[in-house]
Amino acid sequence: MGFWDKMLAIDRRWIFLFVGLSLLIPMSLGIETKLSISPETAGLFDVYENLPPGSKVLMSFDYDPPSAPELQPMADAAVKYAFMHDLKLIIMGLWPQGPLQAEISIQRALDSPELKDKEVEYGVDYVNLGFQAGNEFVIQRMGSDFREAFAMDIRGNRYEDIPILKNVKNFSNIDFAFNFSAGYPGTVEWVQVAVDRYDVVLGAGNTAVQAPLAYPYLGAGQLVGLLGGMRGGAEFEVATGFSAKATVFMLSQTFAHAIVILFIIVGNVAYAITGRGKSKLEADR
Amino acid sequence: MNFDIGIWIAAFLTLGIMSFLYKDNPWYKISEAIFIGLSAGYWFVSLFWQNLVSKLWDNLWPALDALFTRGEFTGGLLYLIAGILGLMMLMRLVPQIGWISRWPLALVVGATAGLQFINYLVSNGVIQVYNTITPLFGPVSEAGGIAPVTDVWHGLGNALILVGTFTGLVYFFFSKEHKGFFGGAARVGTWFLMITFGASFGYTVMSRMSLLIGRLDFLVNTWITGIFT
Amino acid sequence: MRREIPLIITAVVGIAFVIQYFIPHSPFDRFEQLFSDWFFIIAACAIWLGALNLLKLSIIKVQRQKKDWQYSVIVIVSWLTMAIAGFAGGRGFQTPGTAFDWLYVNIYTPLSATMFAILAFFVASASYRAFRARNVQATLLLVAGFLVMMGRVLFDDIFFAPLGWDFQPLSEISSFIMNYPNLAGQRAIMIGIALGTVSTALRIMLGIERSYLGGGD
Repeated sequence: MGFWDKMLAIDRRWIFLFVGLSLLIPMSLGIETKLSISPETAGLFDVYENLPPGSKVLMSFDYDPPSAPELQPMADAAVKYAFMHDLKLIIMGLWPQGPLQAEISIQRALDSPELKDKEVEYGVDYVNLGFQAGNEFVIQRMGSDFREAFAMDIRGNRYEDIPILKNVKNFSNIDFAFNFSAGYPGTVEWVQVAVDRYDVVLGAGNTAVQAPLAYPYLGAGQLVGLLGGMRGGAEFEVATGFSAKATVFMLSQTFAHAIVILFIIVGNVAYAITGRGKSKLEADR
Repeated sequence: MNFDIGIWIAAFLTLGIMSFLYKDNPWYKISEAIFIGLSAGYWFVSLFWQNLVSKLWDNLWPALDALFTRGEFTGGLLYLIAGILGLMMLMRLVPQIGWISRWPLALVVGATAGLQFINYLVSNGVIQVYNTITPLFGPVSEAGGIAPVTDVWHGLGNALILVGTFTGLVYFFFSKEHKGFFGGAARVGTWFLMITFGASFGYTVMSRMSLLIGRLDFLVNTWITGIFT
Repeated sequence: MRREIPLIITAVVGIAFVIQYFIPHSPFDRFEQLFSDWFFIIAACAIWLGALNLLKLSIIKVQRQKKDWQYSVIVIVSWLTMAIAGFAGGRGFQTPGTAFDWLYVNIYTPLSATMFAILAFFVASASYRAFRARNVQATLLLVAGFLVMMGRVLFDDIFFAPLGWDFQPLSEISSFIMNYPNLAGQRAIMIGIALGTVSTALRIMLGIERSYLGGGD
């Protein structure tokens, strides 16, 4: 068996080993890298940056812990930026674990050195309305009255008793909506209901699997910006000035992509050289 | 050494699932069985509290209380119908009367059809077509919601989107044979679709690698680092 | 009547949702709220069906001592442990500090995340074995995939930034691919799906499409 035949028949566990090492070695170096910001991220950050202090931002956490490596970095950066610039956060989730992920972002922001001396008060600067079952029906109900969808917040306080929600009846009282989505329900439902029915200004962070599907919405102006996967998270961290895990992990991501591309090229070269490609072409003729 | 039993259990189970990469083994099978049982239990309980209690019980109980204590008929009594429909759904477990589950299924199908009829038509149909037929060049009033195109590259980009969307749709039209000009347009459509699928593949690889980075981060920076601190 | 009543239910509920879009006022918004709440109660029962069925099948497997029945014991024990912890926690069952939350954070989440994470290995292995540039279309797919994968990471910073370039060719190409040909292809698929969804929804509401009722009388 020639070298290239052996390459085609290689045990897949060698491929697994190379993939694992390509991620582990750069991760252990902990090098923070410089990133350029794509137009999709810049568009979203421009709108977010231009919100005046006191603006009401609705954040919908529509993901669970398995998607956290991709979405948590962008959520952490968005929450921290909001607290630093006096944006008022109204947090909710269409996934059961979403509001719990939001609590992680809030705690990380409040524990950070930049917010050490800042007064951030629950109920005044931010509120967590928790999870509501109902998928897009929840968004539809929020279009007429938030209180119909969320009678209480995650801590059991009644909607009417929460200061930040005093003049918030429905989407017309919201200045910006930020959606972190890992699937259904998520960005698609927010666009279909909140944007197209109630004219909400929406920015979205998606997992990389979902991001390509959201580009038509971006192109049609239904989204002001789109953060795609860990790269989107890293770009948003750089844009907001709070570089963290996503920026560090980009080096591992780079090596992993290089390994995958290399394997595909080697596989195609081996396929061509061993003549399997040629004999198939001749058979087709 | 920082010993947190939760982190050690999480690490043990993470490595158990990853052991499948070497070969199938009892450690993986045990981890998988725990995952299956826990998933089913999680959804069983979550739906009980978040759907059945908060939507059914919380609406029905005050109405029943008003009826039996004050003789008042309130709108919450309508949720009795929902409770009955839910029980009918569970009848699917009994083959002889399983047909009764068609009634609640019909409600689910009807609600989904009604909602998606409008949402998909507007957001995924009309608005997408409207934003495909964009100017190729020239200052345009913003009344139509389309930004002015004064950059020739932007204009060419709009043309590319128009051609790509149109030929992609031509490819999916199977009622006419793909021959001649029509066939040529369909072939151009497949090129655009192949680029789309290639881009999706690239993003999928990125997504999977990110998830793996997350797990390796836990093993290295939380579990192993915890052993030495 | 076994088939007629479900068809009437489908039509009434479906049309109520369509009307509510155009007339979002009373009583149509009330119908929408009622039907959507009923939807979620029934959906919860449907998923309960699946969970109870799993328990039933696992118990049967243990009783009959079929192959690998020991793992079914683990499934049953895990199922019951999670369920008991959840019911015992009451409405605040997910509050940090409860038994349910501990099981969720330390057992369910790592398992769930790892199941998805190992797909990365299989993506690499499957790409190596199956991704072949056999014809023009496959080559286009491969090249587009490579360019997007390279543009979304740090190849520009590693290879071109040291040359003193401000311009990042791979990122620009990747951005072009995503915002133009990818957008066009995704939009074509999206419009096609929208047309299919609209026609299927209409057929379902008008009772022309009845396959969801299943066979038999």
